[in-house]
Amino acid sequence: MSEQNQPTDSLQDIKDIRRIMERSSRFISLSGLSGVAAGICALAGAFIAYGMLDTYYGSYDSEGFFSGDDFSRLKIKLALLGAGVFTVAFIASFYLTWRKAKKMGQPIWDLTSKRLAWNMLLPLLAGAAFIIGMLRYDIWVFVSPACLIFYGLALVNASKYTLTDIRYLGYCEIVLGLVNMLFIGYGLWFWAIGFGILHIIYGIIMWWKYERK
Amino acid sequence: MKNPIIGLNKVFESRIRLGVMSILLVNEEVNFNDLKQMLEVTDGNLATHLVNLEENGFIKIHKGFIGKKTNTTYAVTKSGEKAFSDHITALENMIKGVK
Repeated sequence: MSEQNQPTDSLQDIKDIRRIMERSSRFISLSGLSGVAAGICALAGAFIAYGMLDTYYGSYDSEGFFSGDDFSRLKIKLALLGAGVFTVAFIASFYLTWRKAKKMGQPIWDLTSKRLAWNMLLPLLAGAAFIIGMLRYDIWVFVSPACLIFYGLALVNASKYTLTDIRYLGYCEIVLGLVNMLFIGYGLWFWAIGFGILHIIYGIIMWWKYERK
Repeated sequence: MKNPIIGLNKVFESRIRLGVMSILLVNEEVNFNDLKQMLEVTDGNLATHLVNLEENGFIKIHKGFIGKKTNTTYAVTKSGEKAFSDHITALENMIKGVK
């Protein structure tokens, strides 16, 4: 290292320090397209659920009696649909993020992604347990607000370990969940906006900001 | 005028030692394998630099276990934090000095 290129070296050193700090503390490979994919899955799921509910309430109105069998069948169908939507959305998002990480030459499973996964999962698992707890008492109306609020909290918590922009998506989900509490009975609509439309908007913004060539 | 080179720490002249310190300043505790993965260096190379940093009192080593496997983690010490921030200040002063 000669005297003349000392200044350039110190600049390079500072740049390296910043890059390493950034890369070692945050998982930055999260793809915007993952958000779009998850949003599309959610909208498709909400559409199918709407159809199921429509059929159910339609028959209820015309025949004018309540069948416990039909209702429990509907519950199972909705639960399966929810699990299906979650699985497909998860696989699609994971694949798109994995593809971006590979393109960037970053490992997908390292210190940062492990920390992100844990901090994201913790509020989600608490939320899932809470919702299952409510369903044991047949309280359905709060499922959608609870999904939105816990998911929002998970995103805000996760934002410390990945691209900070995700925090704003979290704020939106929390607010939407709380507003949903004032419009009980429109859960599916709020759910579709929160998990479908917000995801797609967020994904497009992220993609535009970080991945567009 | 003050000599801008003062404050630059010889220990951080090595890219790997600089990298280790950068990681440990933003992460409370990091184990050997994660350091290795992030810095893309070989075992032996990293180990030598870690020993050097420890001998200077800049990092502390904690040997633990995950099941039966050893899990050695590294964290920055108070004096390491001080030395590193002095080093960065010196680097910044040098850049400013050029302008």
